[in-house]
Amino acid sequence: MAITEPQKYTKADFESENDVRWCPGCGDYAILSAIQTVMPTLGIPKEKFVFVSGIGCSSRFPHYMSCYGFHTIHGRALTVATGVKSINPELSVWVITGDGDGLSIGGNHLMHAIRRNQDLKILLFNNKIYGLTKGQYSPTSELGKKTKSTPYGSIDNPVNPVSIAIASGATFVARTLDKNVKHMIEIFKKAAAHKGIAFIEIYQNCLVFNDDAFKDFTEKDIKDDHSVYIEDSKPLIFGKNSDKAIKLNGFSPEIINSSNGNSREILTYNEKTEDRGLSYVIGQMGVENPDLPVAFGVLRSVEQPTYQERLLEQERLAKEKSKKVSLEQILNAGDTWIVK
Amino acid sequence: MTITEEKKGRTAETLEEATIRFAGDSGDGMQLTGGQFTNATAIVGNDLSTLPDYPAEIRAPAGTLAGVSAFQIHFSSKEIHTPGDYLDVLVAMNPAALKANLKDLKSGGMLIVNTNAFTETNLKKAGYDKNPLESDLNQKYQVFAIEISRLTQLAIEEMKLPGKVVDRSKNLFALGLMYWLYTRPMEPTIEWLKKKFSSDPTILEANLKVLKAGYHFGETTETFISNYEIKHAKIQPGKYRNITGNEATALGLITSAQLTGLTVFLGSYPITPASDILHELSKYKHFGIRTFQAEDEIAAIGSALGASFAGGLGVTTTSGPGVCLKSEFIGLAVKTELPLLICDIQRGGPSTGLPTKTEQADLLQALFGRNSESPLPVLAAATPGDCFETLIEAVRIAIKYMTPVFFLSDGYLANGSEPWKIPLVNELPKLDVNFRKDKEGFLPYLRNKETLARSWAIPGTPELEHVLTGIETEQNTGKICYDPTNHDTMMKLRAQRIEQISNDIPDITQHFGESKGDLLILGWGSTLGSINAATEKLLEKGYKVANAHLRYLNPFPKNLESFLKNYKKVLIPEINLGQLRMLIRAKYLINAQGFNIISGHPLKVSAILEAAEKLLKS
Repeated sequence: MAITEPQKYTKADFESENDVRWCPGCGDYAILSAIQTVMPTLGIPKEKFVFVSGIGCSSRFPHYMSCYGFHTIHGRALTVATGVKSINPELSVWVITGDGDGLSIGGNHLMHAIRRNQDLKILLFNNKIYGLTKGQYSPTSELGKKTKSTPYGSIDNPVNPVSIAIASGATFVARTLDKNVKHMIEIFKKAAAHKGIAFIEIYQNCLVFNDDAFKDFTEKDIKDDHSVYIEDSKPLIFGKNSDKAIKLNGFSPEIINSSNGNSREILTYNEKTEDRGLSYVIGQMGVENPDLPVAFGVLRSVEQPTYQERLLEQERLAKEKSKKVSLEQILNAGDTWIVK
Repeated sequence: MTITEEKKGRTAETLEEATIRFAGDSGDGMQLTGGQFTNATAIVGNDLSTLPDYPAEIRAPAGTLAGVSAFQIHFSSKEIHTPGDYLDVLVAMNPAALKANLKDLKSGGMLIVNTNAFTETNLKKAGYDKNPLESDLNQKYQVFAIEISRLTQLAIEEMKLPGKVVDRSKNLFALGLMYWLYTRPMEPTIEWLKKKFSSDPTILEANLKVLKAGYHFGETTETFISNYEIKHAKIQPGKYRNITGNEATALGLITSAQLTGLTVFLGSYPITPASDILHELSKYKHFGIRTFQAEDEIAAIGSALGASFAGGLGVTTTSGPGVCLKSEFIGLAVKTELPLLICDIQRGGPSTGLPTKTEQADLLQALFGRNSESPLPVLAAATPGDCFETLIEAVRIAIKYMTPVFFLSDGYLANGSEPWKIPLVNELPKLDVNFRKDKEGFLPYLRNKETLARSWAIPGTPELEHVLTGIETEQNTGKICYDPTNHDTMMKLRAQRIEQISNDIPDITQHFGESKGDLLILGWGSTLGSINAATEKLLEKGYKVANAHLRYLNPFPKNLESFLKNYKKVLIPEINLGQLRMLIRAKYLINAQGFNIISGHPLKVSAILEAAEKLLKS
C-alpha cells in the first residue's frame, strides 16, 4: 500500500451525485448505504476503490458510488475485475452481481474467480428473481415458482449460492440480508479485511417482482425461529427465546432444545474451520429443508495465498532467475545470420 | 556465408530455386525435420517461405490419410513470395503420405520414398489396392525408392537400441539426405541435437549417426545423378533470423510493452492456431508481460479489458470461433473507448471448420460482427515477419486513439516462416502513453481535438474517479443518457473518430507495376506473396498490371478510391467468398472482380495468374 496520510472520509464522500433509480423501497438502498458506511472506515484512499458490476438491477451500483467503477456486460464482471486487480494489485476491487448475473449467465466465471482466490470482494444480491427484465425466475427461485416465464411453476431445482462458493474453494464465504444493516456492516468489514476472494450472499428483497421472498428472516414474529446467526467459536443457538440450538447427527443438522442440559451436544461453529464439508452443511441449512434455520454470518474464513500474490511472486522469481535481458537480445535470439 | 562445395568428383548443379515437401505420419517428426531444413536454408542465405500442414487430430491413427503431416519449403537465390505451388521433391515416409501429396509433385519431379513403410498393412490403411511403387510412377516422376528405415537401423545397429528409437530417428536420415541433395550445412542441426539431448548422450549419438548416415548415403551411393546448390539470395543487408507469424506477433507484443512502458496483459484461451502466442508470451514474465489463461474466451477478453481500464495494455489472442464469443465485450470496448488489441489468427470455418488450415474469411466479422454500429480499426499482416510491424502499428493506433483494434493474421502466417530482418531497437516507433493526472476540467469523455480520443484516467489516480458503462452516455460527461439527440450525436461521433484515423496512415501505393494500367490486383493479408509472384509474372509477359495490398482494412487509406480508379479493371483474390470485394464495391462503386478459392491452403500463384489473364482478355 502506498504511504499516504490516511484521509478522513465520511459516508457522504462515497455518495455519487447521480440520482439513485432503484424502485422505492428496494433492498438495494440498504446495501448501498451499508457499503457507503463501511468505506470510510477501511483506511484506504478513495481513489483505490473500484466497483465492477455486470448487468441487472444490482449492477447499477457503481453509478451510485463516487469511486472508480466499471458497469460491464451481463455475467462478466468478475472477468473484468480479474484484469483490473491483476494489473494493479494495490486496488481494492469490489464486484457487484446478482443471482441471475452471477449464477446464471456468469456462473462459470464465479467458480473460476473463486478457485483462483482472486483478491476480490463479491457482493451477490440474491432476490431470487430477474428484476431488470421484469420478473422471470432465476437460478435461486424455488421449485414451483410462478413467474412470467413459468406460468405453471418452475421445474428447475434452485442453487444455493454459498454452496457453490464453498465447493469452489472460496477462502471467505458469508451470508447476510438487506434488512439487517448492522449485520451487513459487520460482514462487509470482515470481507474487506480478508485477503483473497470474499464471497457474500445478500438476501435482498425485490418488492415489485418477488416481495416477501425472505420474510421468514425479516418479520419480527418469525425471523428468530428461522435464522441462526453465526458468531465465531460460539454455539449455534437461535429462536425467539434463544431456546433452540443446532446439533450434528452425522452430517445432518438437527434442532434441539438449548436449555435441557444439552450444551455439550450443541455445535460450536468456528469461522476459520478448514473443514469445507462442515461449512457446506451449515450453508445448506434451511435452504433445502425449511424446518431448519438459515445461517447468517461468516461460514468460512481461511488464509491462502491470493492469485495476485502468486502472480507477483512468480514475476519476482522470473526476474531474479533470468539475467537482465534487453529487448535487443530478445529480438536477436535464436539462429541469426548476417547478409552483407 | 560460404557453403562447402562437393569435392567427390561430382559438383553440385546450380539451381535458382526449389520447392520440397517432407510428408509422413504425424508421429514421424515431419514438422521438426522441416524446421531444421528451414534453419539450415536460412543460414545458407536463401530467401525462403514455408508452409507447415498438419492434421487437427493430435494422434490420428498411424499410417492413415488423416494422420499425414507435411512441411513444405520454397527456397531460392532470388526474392520469393510464396511456399511454392508445386513440388520439385516430395519425401514420402509412408504410403498415406504419398497418396495425400503426390498430386502436388511436378511432372518429372523427384519422389523419395521410404520403401520399408510400404507394407501390406500400411498400403491398406492408405487405401492402396496395389503397391504404387510397383506401378508406372517412374514414367512420370524420378522415383528414388530407399530403404530409409532399414538404413537407419543399420547406422545404429551396434548401439543395440530399442526399435522405437530407430523408428523415431528415421526422419533424421531423410533430413541428412536432403542436406546433401541441396548442399546445406549439417552444423546447425548438429548443434541443435546436442542441446536437445545434452542429458542423454546415447540418444544424441544415435541421432547424429543417423543424420550423417543420410548425408553420406547421398554422397557415396550415386543414387542421385547430382546434387544441387542454390546460391544465397540478394536480400537487403542486415541481420536476419527465421520467424513464424506467431513468433513475430509475440515479439511485437513484447516490443510494445517496452515501447509504451505499459504492462502487457494477455488474456487468452487456448485455440488453434493462436495458442503459440500465449505459449511464447508466458515465458516473458520478467519482461513486462502478464499472461492469464482464462476459463473461456469471454473471460479472456474481459480480463484484458479490465487490465486496460486499470492502465495496462490489454490484449486477447484467438481465432474466429473465439471472436464470436468475444463480440459482446468488443462492443463494450468500443463504447467505453478503451485501448484493446484483439488478435484473430484466422482459420478455416464456419463453426469448428478446419482448425489447422488457413482462411481469410473473418474480415467482415472483424468489421461488423457485433450488435449495432460498433466501428473499430482493423489491420491485417501480410507475411510472417510483417506480423511484428503490423502489430506494433495496431498498438500505436489503440493507445493514440483510445480504441479497440483488430489485428488479423491467419493459420498460414501463424505457422509459416520467412527470413526476417531483425529491426534495430532505436529505429522502432516511439509509443508515448500519457495517463491523465490533472483533475482540472476533467470529464471522462472530453476529447482531444486532434485525435478525438478521450483521456485515459486510471483507477488509483486521485480525484479522477468516474464510472464506465455499456449504456449510452452523454457526450463529454459520460453520464448515462437516453436522450435521442445525444444518441445520434454519439453514434456519428464514434464512427467519425475511427474514420478520421485515415489521416494518420500511409497512402496506398503499388508493389509491382505502374501507377496506372489495365489491371490492378488488390489484396490483403496472407495472399501478398502469391499476388506479388503472379504480378511479377504478368509484368514479364508484358501486361500493364500492378498489385497493391491493404494493411488497413478499416479505415481504408484516404487515397484508395482515386488509386483504384487509375486502373481499368480491379481483381481481388481472397481466401473467402469476396469480403474485401464487397467492401470495395459498396464503398467506391467500382466493378471489382473476385478470385476466390477456399481450400484451407494459400492461393496458388498459377491460379491467380490465370484469373488475371482471363480478366485482362475479357
